[in-house]
Amino acid sequence: MKNKTLDVIGKKNLYFALSLIVVIPGLIALLLFGLNLSIDFTGGSRLTVSFPQKVEKTTSEKIKNILVKENLKVSTVEISGKSILIRTSPINQEQNTKFISTLSKEFKTAKETQFETIGPTIGAETTANAIKAVLLASVLIILYITWSFRKVPKPASSLRFGVSAIVALIHDVLVVVGIFAILGHFFGVEIDSLFVTALLTVIGFSVHDTIVVFDRIRENLRKSQGSFPQIVNDSILQTLDRSLNTSLTVLLVLFALLLFGGETIKWFVVALLIGVTSGTYSSIFNASPILVVWQEWSEKRKKV
Amino acid sequence: MKGSPRFLFFSIILLTLVSVFINLPNLQKISLGPVKNLNIDPSSFLRTLRISKNLEFRRGLDLEGGTSITFKADMTDVSGSQKSDALNSAKTVIEKRINLFGVSEPVIQTATVNGDSRIIVELPGVTDVNQAINLIGTTAQLSFWEQGATESAKTASPSAFPLGITEILGPGAVKTSLTGNDLESSSVTFDQNTGNPQVQLVFSGKGTEKFADITKRNINKIVAIVLDDQVIEAPRVNQAILTGNAVITGGFTLDKAKLLSTELNAGALPVPLSVLEQRVIGPTLGIESLRKSFLAGVIGFLIIVVFMSILYGRLGIIASIALVIYALLVLSIFKISNLSPYGITLTLSGIAGFILSIGMAVDANILIFERIKEEKRLGKKQEESIEIGFSRAWPSIRDSNISTLITSAILYEFGTGVVKGFALVLAIGVLVSMFSAIVVTRTFLRFFYEK
Repeated sequence: MKNKTLDVIGKKNLYFALSLIVVIPGLIALLLFGLNLSIDFTGGSRLTVSFPQKVEKTTSEKIKNILVKENLKVSTVEISGKSILIRTSPINQEQNTKFISTLSKEFKTAKETQFETIGPTIGAETTANAIKAVLLASVLIILYITWSFRKVPKPASSLRFGVSAIVALIHDVLVVVGIFAILGHFFGVEIDSLFVTALLTVIGFSVHDTIVVFDRIRENLRKSQGSFPQIVNDSILQTLDRSLNTSLTVLLVLFALLLFGGETIKWFVVALLIGVTSGTYSSIFNASPILVVWQEWSEKRKKV
Repeated sequence: MKGSPRFLFFSIILLTLVSVFINLPNLQKISLGPVKNLNIDPSSFLRTLRISKNLEFRRGLDLEGGTSITFKADMTDVSGSQKSDALNSAKTVIEKRINLFGVSEPVIQTATVNGDSRIIVELPGVTDVNQAINLIGTTAQLSFWEQGATESAKTASPSAFPLGITEILGPGAVKTSLTGNDLESSSVTFDQNTGNPQVQLVFSGKGTEKFADITKRNINKIVAIVLDDQVIEAPRVNQAILTGNAVITGGFTLDKAKLLSTELNAGALPVPLSVLEQRVIGPTLGIESLRKSFLAGVIGFLIIVVFMSILYGRLGIIASIALVIYALLVLSIFKISNLSPYGITLTLSGIAGFILSIGMAVDANILIFERIKEEKRLGKKQEESIEIGFSRAWPSIRDSNISTLITSAILYEFGTGVVKGFALVLAIGVLVSMFSAIVVTRTFLRFFYEK
């Protein structure tokens, strides 16, 4: 009952501004620095060298020198506990064999535990597919919502529900991509194909969350006589407990994954955490208020 | 409707027991209190049905360790209509080679992307990529060359000549019609005099005839044996050989001889292959990832159970039971799918998808319970509130899950390896979660609240 005084629609501009405060720095970072793309997109090689004990800075320097002596372009060398992660230009099999033999001479206990080479063609394809997937998913979801809400009573129109859901979705995508542009520039966090998976999951979750609120608006429009902004605000409040409880559950599970799931999926989980948080916010404070803004705007136009 | 919840309730219990059985690990000779030497093996049931496959999770390379190689098939010499045939026969040859090599459960797929023909090979447990690429990638085109009838004989353009052949056979060297396809079999034998390994060839009926013809017309002349544009041996023919047997001595090491024999037995690759992408994951890294994600899954699951029970009390406990059933069902589907050609491979991202789908399964329950709470606030009775809660929450559950299914379908269509696995698991998770939230939870509530 404590939430029943919250006035989302009345303060909608405040909530829109809050979104912009998060989105704009990310956008600037995206334009200035671009994304730190992994070899999944650019092509190249990724090596992991593991040791039985924690890795010293000098060790990683030595290993970098071995690679440089082989005339390989080394882009990053990162120490992660007992292993070193190295990114380079594409390494072929012979070069890798040579590297392993030099490595075992210099460090008896070192082992190459992972070696990946991705050709530039595959990288370009992954990029194209990722963009196609995001666009196609958005279009199909608009179409589905428009169809599913086709019987919504006046003054609302089903297309508006679809478009508003997509605006909220774009908001969430921008938040995640923007924050990763910042993380990529300052902390060397990479965008890989798992990130694309995370992004698409966020899209699914964002729409999922928005639809629940929209569904309540649709139901209330049928039986209630109040003004459109009032109905929307009531609907948001009625679904608020559910939205928060669901998000909290998902976030708790994600935290478990982050703490215990290991290094490989760490940034994947971080992307999901940001996306789910943003998705919950946008379904409450963006998607539904946009419906109201659109409604007021089209009424004004009719009067003029 | 009176008898229906009870019937459904016991059906669900039965389904759960079946899932528990399917998910039992395969344990041999364990002792449980007074019972000694107990064998637990869910697959034994399949054997009585004469199905030889085992009920097991198929683990992806990221969890199992192994090698994945993407080859590009060079189709420049193949005409358009025969491309898919060439690709499929290349796949068959690779399958044969890998089977002879003795890798368990290899995955070999073909794909055509933007006009490129590709073959993707996954070898669990293999960490020596060199060996794997050498085995798979060599074309193993065996051919036999002889001197031309006259010095001026016009043959194929010199560029198609194997290296150094003109030095051995003169500029008019001619390729005979005898190739690796005429082989019946090959094996490794040892030279009786020197003890060196050699490759024994046995020709098929047609091959025997061809070989006899070639040796007849080339007595006291040289015949070159060529493998992949390289002359491996150029013996002088002493007499016509009519038995269809030949030996390549070629100065091999034992490993080389074994490899060549394996390749010849599997047949030649119809097209040359080049490596586009390769990944090797060490076995320790794989086990580490599996252990960690399993732990994360269990902890995530416990958090949900505790959280739901705190939020919704008795309803939450019932939802948690439904959630356990949900997890058992999904895991059973993973195991059972491996009996079909469409087996689901568990990867790291797949496990993440599964854990996430648990979160989404909970959402359906939360939607329903919040609705029930609301109806109760309006003064309705418990039973009535439950029924209304379910029917009112249904459109939201339906629409939100369909949008997730749309996303996972697109991910599956456009995604590569990792993304595909995630999408499939998410889609299965969403479908089963709808069943568990609507059918299982509802039946349990009806069963417990009717009394």
